[in-house]
Amino acid sequence: MAKLVAVLATTHHPFFYKTSLLPAAEAPPFASAWVSKVEAYRATLTAVRPDVLVMVGSDHFHQLWLDNMPQFLVGKAPMYDANYYNEEREFGLPRLLLKGHEGLSAYILREGIDRDFDLAFSNELRVDHSITCPIFTLRPQNDLPIVPIYTNIFAPPLPRPERFVKLGQTLRELIDAWPSDLRVAVIGTGHLSLELGGPRQFGAHGPDPEFDARAVEWIANGDIDGCLANVTLDSLHAPGNATHGFMDFMLMMGVAGYAKADYFDNLDLFHTMEAYFTWYPNGVDV
Amino acid sequence: MSRYLVNKFLFTVDRDPDLVERYRSDPSGTVAWWESERANLLLSCTAGEASTWLEFTDAERQALVTHDHVALFEMGAHPFLTLTLWIAMFEADFDEPLGMQLDYAAKLAHFSLPYPDIST
Repeated sequence: MAKLVAVLATTHHPFFYKTSLLPAAEAPPFASAWVSKVEAYRATLTAVRPDVLVMVGSDHFHQLWLDNMPQFLVGKAPMYDANYYNEEREFGLPRLLLKGHEGLSAYILREGIDRDFDLAFSNELRVDHSITCPIFTLRPQNDLPIVPIYTNIFAPPLPRPERFVKLGQTLRELIDAWPSDLRVAVIGTGHLSLELGGPRQFGAHGPDPEFDARAVEWIANGDIDGCLANVTLDSLHAPGNATHGFMDFMLMMGVAGYAKADYFDNLDLFHTMEAYFTWYPNGVDV
Repeated sequence: MSRYLVNKFLFTVDRDPDLVERYRSDPSGTVAWWESERANLLLSCTAGEASTWLEFTDAERQALVTHDHVALFEMGAHPFLTLTLWIAMFEADFDEPLGMQLDYAAKLAHFSLPYPDIST
């Protein structure tokens, strides 16, 4: 069977790439600490020598649109072009080409559908910064095949938080049972409290530091039940109008299971908190 | 209320560099052209298979023509779409980093939770 060598849940900050390339004289004061933390986080993936990456993110109204909006979508393609004009424009993100792992995509689709997730699929998917930010931070050599999984955290009606957790738990079961010799890492990105396009955007901290502190505790402790007891579709409006992206963290808690994170770090930035979690379900020496 | 169509305008303009500049410099002409020529195009179909029924309300048309992001927020336009396009059009008008984004937020300061519904 395949080995699930690591589960990583992280924020995806589209300005990291650009910030990390600035000369020291032009970089903001937080840049060096940010780069150091990301490099330390990257080592948690490198150490377990993955062969393939399952990557959970969310399309930001790029390819997926309101005339035909899937709730959960699995990419099944040999290649994925990545990043869009408006991400080059706003964030300075370059275009990328990623390899796909069609065999694992097909397996997740078949088995996922048979386990009550009517997964949408795409044979021609251009992924956006929710997938490429963790490539830049965690695997900048971009040398591994991926399976992208998109969730709808953006366009209501959304699936409820319980559904995200359940999908994560199902992915874990599927990967653990995948008949393959490959070493799999699952990387998912989301948000803590976040406001975009509203009155609380771009403050000195995330819009709800208290929520962020609780969220970090839930994730770091593997406290799925505590998180589900406190988080609903309605409650996520309060910490910030883009906080439904936290449900991708909840999906990753489902993948990780009821386990404390083996690695945790965070960084308070000007309008959001960065957070980095890694679990080694089969031990760091797997 | 045609929240979907307002979002479709923001979405299709934001992804096209020429349309971003055209909407910035000529909002009235761009909105009129778009409603006439583009509003009913199904994005995954050919032009001959366009929809036949989509149009803005007067208030929506006015909000788009006047670049009124406060009115768009009030109507439930998707805030991510509006913000992204506004950054593209107006960030260069401000000298300070994040100046545009903070001004944008300040103009929305009178809104409290719950914010206007954005469901479509």
